[in-house]
Amino acid sequence: MTAPPLEIHDMTVAYHRKPVLWDIDLTVPEGKLVGIVGPNGAGKSTLLKAVLGLIPVASGRVTFYGEPYARQRRRVGYVPQRESVDWDFPVTVSDVVMMGTYGQLGWLRRPGAKQRATARRCLEQVGMPELADRQIRQLSGGQQQRVFLARALAQDARIYFMDEPFSGVDAATEAAILGLLQTLRERGRTVLVVHHDLLTVRHYFDHVILLNMRLIAAGPTEATFTDENLQKTYGGRLTVLDEAAEAVRRGEFER
Amino acid sequence: MTLDYLTTVVLLGTSLLGGVAGVVGAFAVLRRRALVGDVLAHAALPGLCLAFLFLGAMQFAGLLAGALLSGLAGLGVISLLCRGTRTKEDAALGIVLSTFFGVGIVLLSVVQQRATGAQAGLTSYIFGQAGLMVRHDVYLIAAVSAAALTAVTLLYKELKLLSFDPDFARAQGWPTLPLDFGLMGVLALVTVIGLPAVGVVLMAAMLILPGATARFWTDRLGRLLPLAGLVGAGSAAAATLISAGALEAWIGSDRLAAGGATANLPTGPLIVLCGTAVLLFSVLFSPRRGLIAAAARAARFRWRTGLENLLSSMYELSEPRPAAAPEVPLGAIFQRRAWQPWQARLLLWWASRRGLIEQRDGAARLTEHGAECAARVVRAHRLWEAFLVRGVDIAPDHVHRDADAIEHVLPPEIVEHLEAELAGTPQAPGRPKE
Repeated sequence: MTAPPLEIHDMTVAYHRKPVLWDIDLTVPEGKLVGIVGPNGAGKSTLLKAVLGLIPVASGRVTFYGEPYARQRRRVGYVPQRESVDWDFPVTVSDVVMMGTYGQLGWLRRPGAKQRATARRCLEQVGMPELADRQIRQLSGGQQQRVFLARALAQDARIYFMDEPFSGVDAATEAAILGLLQTLRERGRTVLVVHHDLLTVRHYFDHVILLNMRLIAAGPTEATFTDENLQKTYGGRLTVLDEAAEAVRRGEFER
Repeated sequence: MTLDYLTTVVLLGTSLLGGVAGVVGAFAVLRRRALVGDVLAHAALPGLCLAFLFLGAMQFAGLLAGALLSGLAGLGVISLLCRGTRTKEDAALGIVLSTFFGVGIVLLSVVQQRATGAQAGLTSYIFGQAGLMVRHDVYLIAAVSAAALTAVTLLYKELKLLSFDPDFARAQGWPTLPLDFGLMGVLALVTVIGLPAVGVVLMAAMLILPGATARFWTDRLGRLLPLAGLVGAGSAAAATLISAGALEAWIGSDRLAAGGATANLPTGPLIVLCGTAVLLFSVLFSPRRGLIAAAARAARFRWRTGLENLLSSMYELSEPRPAAAPEVPLGAIFQRRAWQPWQARLLLWWASRRGLIEQRDGAARLTEHGAECAARVVRAHRLWEAFLVRGVDIAPDHVHRDADAIEHVLPPEIVEHLEAELAGTPQAPGRPKE
């Protein structure tokens, strides 16, 4: 049996020594749409950033297809939160989408006709080929989100991480993103999506990861997205964890 | 006018410097690190003085090495302050800039007490003295420029990605930290070679002004960088020529008071002033981002809105039989809108000229074309009101002002959509009666 797309073993992540995710153990199966769900401050984005090496992991091990991330980067696509970049930056839509191909291009080589064709194809998949030459400032929020999705498609990855792609988008974009997720699943891709809308979880995702500073539950949506688990995720936040994290931080300052 | 040898050397040096500072500085501006150049320049002063104290003579390369090291040390201290303590970045920038500069000034007076006759050259690093540039300096500037421009050209794709979305770049496996350090290193190198000509205090302007200016004229990074280079080189060249007395030669020296009024003005500050002039021009006249263009757009919109309000008021006054286009007294029209008499007269005059209305002593009527335009606006207004009341559940007495604002901008496809959606409901407004 081949190694799973993503395996996390006993991972703890801390910001300024204050733990925000405790001892996460997680295995994500191939070819599923996986929703990452939890309240604000539960560490959903942190989980994504930690496995992608954007923030340091305090302890634990993360593997992609059985290997560390550095060896599997080509197979991983990433859609950051839309607010994470300056949309007044002087680039066009197709420039941004082509950035997805940079990883395969490698050092010094410039994107050429092939990469432009890829960008065009990916823009078609998100339903906005006619906007290729627009400056990105002129896009609506939903269009900006779709540009980021197109860039991830251009990465041609096997596993995708998307940070709140459904947040603050119009209905047309929401439908387009959902259609895209389903296409990716049909092609056997694995997609992890940070999601905040509980009403749509059952409808959108095969698998769900419930998170609130620690892993509450993970598994097929039917069996996992239960009232009991939701109660554990959203109700009675474990104040002990908060207090312990705060104590770690304080101890650090007083030392 | 012909240029003498000395002026040609200085001209070459400052233009090259302006060009490369413009290109490299543009990345700093886009990366939101515009002030880093300023810190680098100020923090270079102590290193400059120390190098002088230890090497003992005006050894250009040694001085620059000292300046570079202490500038980079300044950046290192900022990074330590931000990470190790709770100091915020802007505060850290200010602290390092002033502290290093203060230390530099103290060291400078130490150097001066050990008078060797050469320290006069060192003081010129504070405000710069382009006139002292010699052929060797130009070679050095040319070498650094060539290296910096080659690096930026080769790593264009990587730097673009780094500047736009560093997190994505890192996730994709690019060594963002070394790239960032490399970019800062090139920035530091350019800053340091610019110090003798422009000085510690004004160097930042050479880095920031061209990039900020170029942003007004283009939305493409691939065009912005060369443009920033051109703006930088152009400002520097113009300033050098002015300082060399070209302005007198051009205008005729007798027109300027006491002849030679601009000759021997310091080049560094003139470069900054020329750059600022170009920036000011861009702020005002850039077709898409300029203030004048923005004001013109706003005025056009207000004008169109006024015109449409005039037409729709007349339309409403001529109901229930707008198609018959009865005459409407002007007084009644003015009453419906809070117009100044001169505004109303201007709108009426324009509407007649465009063939939208016909005017006859004290009254006006819509022409066929005018009635069509008015019907479109009124329809959008009423559909939107109906939509807000029935579709969004807003109280009927709240919707009029919203509709008044949106009737001018509602695109036709949304109007069609609203019409189709509201068609089934009772009292659908539908088309205004023809």
